[in-house]
Amino acid sequence: MSTPGRSSPPDGDAALRAVTGLAARLSGTVVVGIALFVLWQAWPALQAVGPLRFVTDAGWHPLAQPAQFNLLPMLVASVAVTLGAMLLAGPLGLFTAIFMTDYAPPALARLLRGVVELLAGVPSVVYGLWGLVTLVPLLAAWQPPGASLLAGILVLALMILPTMVLASHAAIAGVAAEHRLTVAALGFSCAGSLWGVLLPAARAGLCGALLLSTTRALGETMAMLMVTGNVARMPDSLFAPARTLTANIALELAYAMDRHRAALFVGGLLLTALVLALVRLARGLGCAWRHA
Amino acid sequence: MGSDAVSGGRRARPVIAMLLPLLLAGCGDGGKAATGKLMLTGSSTVAPLALEIAKRYEADHPGVRIDVQTGGSSRGITDARSGVADIGMVSRALKPDESDLVAHAIAHDGIAIIVHASNPVTGLSADQIRAIYRGQVATWQAVGGPKRPITVVNKAEGRSTLELFLLHFGLASTQIHASVVIGDNEQGIKTVAGNPGAIGYVSVGAAEYAATHEVAIRLLPLDGIPASTATVKDGSFPLSRPLNLVTRGQPQGLAGDFIAYARSAAVHDRVRSLYFVPLD
Repeated sequence: MSTPGRSSPPDGDAALRAVTGLAARLSGTVVVGIALFVLWQAWPALQAVGPLRFVTDAGWHPLAQPAQFNLLPMLVASVAVTLGAMLLAGPLGLFTAIFMTDYAPPALARLLRGVVELLAGVPSVVYGLWGLVTLVPLLAAWQPPGASLLAGILVLALMILPTMVLASHAAIAGVAAEHRLTVAALGFSCAGSLWGVLLPAARAGLCGALLLSTTRALGETMAMLMVTGNVARMPDSLFAPARTLTANIALELAYAMDRHRAALFVGGLLLTALVLALVRLARGLGCAWRHA
Repeated sequence: MGSDAVSGGRRARPVIAMLLPLLLAGCGDGGKAATGKLMLTGSSTVAPLALEIAKRYEADHPGVRIDVQTGGSSRGITDARSGVADIGMVSRALKPDESDLVAHAIAHDGIAIIVHASNPVTGLSADQIRAIYRGQVATWQAVGGPKRPITVVNKAEGRSTLELFLLHFGLASTQIHASVVIGDNEQGIKTVAGNPGAIGYVSVGAAEYAATHEVAIRLLPLDGIPASTATVKDGSFPLSRPLNLVTRGQPQGLAGDFIAYARSAAVHDRVRSLYFVPLD
């Protein structure tokens, strides 16, 4: 995991260094700028309402008299749909990727890859519409109202599956050929080489795949807005409707003013904090982006 | 609208404003009242429509600038009275103590209660609707329908449709026990069409269009009066309201010309695209 030395690059690299440095600074500035903007927009609500009430109020009724601002049910809903979708799409995606790299005949692997890439290209509003007109009515016939955490989890799992498959595929396929030759020469079984060598060697890339899928799931808005029911209550079962933080912003921002608007930005702030916490957690679990 | 708070202004000033007059030269009354500035404030229900009309008016009259700012119907009343705004936007009929102002309706807004097309219930009383939305009645059996749970579809906070619904039935948003919360009309219609136990409410214009285009929803009558753009237009449908521009006294000059334009057939397509009902 050692970093190659970066001292005094040759002169020909100077221009490239300047360009890449500028690009990196620009990207960093934009990210920090967005975070500061969200904080700035949320500030009036944090001051007038106080941070505590965003988790202790009786519910989310920003226009009622007196107004209530509890974001906790939405935070729980966001985490629940993400977790559920990852539990489904994580193993499914990983095993699909393993099948594609190590077991499938080349023609089938190419076909699978094409299908998954197609799936990745479908816009989220299309998944949402499919969920709204097909999946939700099916669930409604079984467990009304149909629009629920479960509907959100299923649609979300489908949406992040391609990300999971493609990123894990890249990670596993990227394991050095000599590792593969070595385990073959040592007479490892397929399963043995997979669990003992290939997956550990691809760990950093697989962690990246998980993180990428999870943050994509957390940020998904349109599809969640269309299938989860959007009721701002603490969900008490898989079949209960729920509202995610992202859906809350999309639903109400266009019509929100003043404190209501600022309170929605507090939700955005919470979401940003959640993603940051997730990245820290991934780091703590030994996921490093740089792969030696 | 409930809130008197002042929000940021939005100005209708499309880039094409400079080009359109060339295309439209010769049509309309571009000659008179061609320059000046108008200020509109008030209801956030009326504002999107006023903004669309203002854009088109500005395109026809290059010298005119129209500012549209939201802040609730009560701000529209206050600003029109004080002269801060040339025209106030008010999403209800004027009250008796507001007779110093003149109301000019530019459209009607109506709300239809919708159920799934297969639902045999042909009508609900106001009390039954209140009980359903409060969660006190949870199955269709209790209101003369089949043995099936009711899925209550409600609108997200801040929407004018929710506000009118709550006002009409005397409900508070905290009392409502919803199973699904929707954003726009289209989502509400699809939700009800996909669930035989659902009940919801959306703009009459959108509901009528969907029901006549093979979408599986039915519009329930209210107090025995069928929900349709026709009954909203003639004022007999109870769950409706006029969208008004108000002025202090009869409007003169530019304000008068703009109000006449906003009431003309030239803007009916904009009115319909926002699911309001045009004047006849």
